[in-house]
Amino acid sequence: MSHFLNDGILEQTDFMIPSKERRKQGRVIMIECVQKIPCNPCSTICPQGAITIEGNITNIPRVDFDKCNGCGLCIANCPGLAIFSVDESLNNDVAEVGIPFEFRPLPEVGEKVNLLNRNGEIIGIGQVNKVRNPKAYDRTPVIYLLVPGKLSLDVRFFKSRNE
Amino acid sequence: MRIVDHPILDFPHDRKKIFFTFNGKKFEAFKGDTIAAALHAAGVRVLSRSLNLHHARGFFCAIGKCSACEMTVNGVPNVKTCLDPVKENMAVKSQTGWGDFPGFYETTNYERKDIPVMKADVAIIGAGPAGLSAAIEAAKLGAKVLLMDENHQIGGQLIKQTHMFFGSKEHHARTRGIDIAKLLLRECESLKVEILTGCSVVGYFFPNELAAVKDNRLFKVDADKIVVAVGASENMLAFEGNDLPGVYGAGGIQTLMNVYGVMPAKRVLMVGAGNIGVIVSYQLLQAGVEVVSVVEAAPTIGAYQVHASKLVRCGVPILTSHSIKRAYGEDKVTGATIVKLNKDWQEIPGTEQEVEIDTVCLSVGLNPASELFFQAGCRMSYIAELGGNVVLHDENMETSISGLYVAGDVAGIEEASSAMLEGRMAGISAVEALKGSTEGMIKMKDDVKKGLASLRTGPFGRQARIGEEKMKEAAKK
Repeated sequence: MSHFLNDGILEQTDFMIPSKERRKQGRVIMIECVQKIPCNPCSTICPQGAITIEGNITNIPRVDFDKCNGCGLCIANCPGLAIFSVDESLNNDVAEVGIPFEFRPLPEVGEKVNLLNRNGEIIGIGQVNKVRNPKAYDRTPVIYLLVPGKLSLDVRFFKSRNE
Repeated sequence: MRIVDHPILDFPHDRKKIFFTFNGKKFEAFKGDTIAAALHAAGVRVLSRSLNLHHARGFFCAIGKCSACEMTVNGVPNVKTCLDPVKENMAVKSQTGWGDFPGFYETTNYERKDIPVMKADVAIIGAGPAGLSAAIEAAKLGAKVLLMDENHQIGGQLIKQTHMFFGSKEHHARTRGIDIAKLLLRECESLKVEILTGCSVVGYFFPNELAAVKDNRLFKVDADKIVVAVGASENMLAFEGNDLPGVYGAGGIQTLMNVYGVMPAKRVLMVGAGNIGVIVSYQLLQAGVEVVSVVEAAPTIGAYQVHASKLVRCGVPILTSHSIKRAYGEDKVTGATIVKLNKDWQEIPGTEQEVEIDTVCLSVGLNPASELFFQAGCRMSYIAELGGNVVLHDENMETSISGLYVAGDVAGIEEASSAMLEGRMAGISAVEALKGSTEGMIKMKDDVKKGLASLRTGPFGRQARIGEEKMKEAAKK
């Protein structure tokens, strides 16, 4: 058991991670939700049926990474803002990470940003690749960042470089 | 200061401006602001002075429970300025202690026969998630429903919950609290529920009569069944300087920023890492306020991991086994000392750290607002897992006084989703007792019961499960 109960920080061993092969095939999600809480919108909203919560609503969601096509609907609809996407199909040096972002101002496409890890520490510089904010996302835009390939499983937030 | 750009909320800046005076000086407000909110927007945090030592007093709860915001308005003392909206040319004055009552006895000399009476099948006190849900179910079953709330906006604490709710579709999961309030209100309106805002219920009289006050006029409510869904108040914590303006309840802060669009602070220390503490910390960041850290006396975080994680990745550390030792400043908070605690929750000398802040935000639990039940003479019990003194009730949410029901946080502190289900249960049961049971009602109650049980599964439902067990035990005695 990691120390998240003491500091709120998860480690990669705490949740399901899609295989390197799957990540190389294109966008796929990761659910960083490890406690039995009464919540299930991820499983009801997934158009692919890739997310399941078996039995009681407090059970932890499971992802079928082969069914997941990385559409991102769950990222914007997770009440805990705990779902992210990773895409390592671009090349070895650059990966794309999708992050739910409920702050203002929204970043500009092409903008360089500081990349933060789960601890809130700056671990590198990335670039905004896409800002998705359709009505269906209901004020939870998803920001897709280009990040150094080796940081794809660590980048979980970003801040403007002016802050 | 006002919030200019918010990711979730819209605060149009072309709202109608109105003017009032505070201690003789002219101030502006947006229409709909409470007096306390308008003063905070103008940077005024010291509202009054204490009775004996003349210490500065600011508000704490912002929902009319703590009475720290009382001021003299148009000559009337002890007006809760966190509830009363600003009106054009209003004269607001700080007061010291109790304030003066000029002509008090002349103006309140009512003849008993003058007191108007309102009649209803079901009267509901409190228009939060529980009260609204009770009203909807009772009205759907054909009852004439009267819904009263002392606030001027309907929705209770939902109106400041900008985050998406947990649960399943039936519990409005992934809908934001602010939007759930709108949905429930719309349903009440379409069902012709009579709604009174700015209305305080001040007494219960056997059998099933209420005394209420609106616009400084007393009236009586004569109802066949009564549902009390008045929620809870925020706990205070004992530490040096806890009475300084700038020590606020987390809910009070939420009211300022999420209801009135007022920048509540510049730099905040959050005390308590339960769900409310970490959610409000995140909402402070969304409003553009800096949060230096969250201190939590317990060795582990009480909040859902997902809420904690989304805050920590923004760069706000959560320090478990830490607490606040003192807050200091002249008439307002300018800093605080935090300290590490050992396994026995005792301060470890030498671990003190100073933090430069202008606001301490307390989220150290809630306490059921049980006053009306005490006054009514209901059977009560202290159940720590439910937050304090709670009224004993059965599965139908009926108390020891026949026809008097309870729902929501006042029945035991839980989440809004359980409050809505308890409200539905109380609403259905009240009409069932009034009009006789039907198969439909039994089925509805069964569904609600299942929903509640499902919300209370898992480790986070443990408190509620233990609380309910203790409630059953206490009721048997």
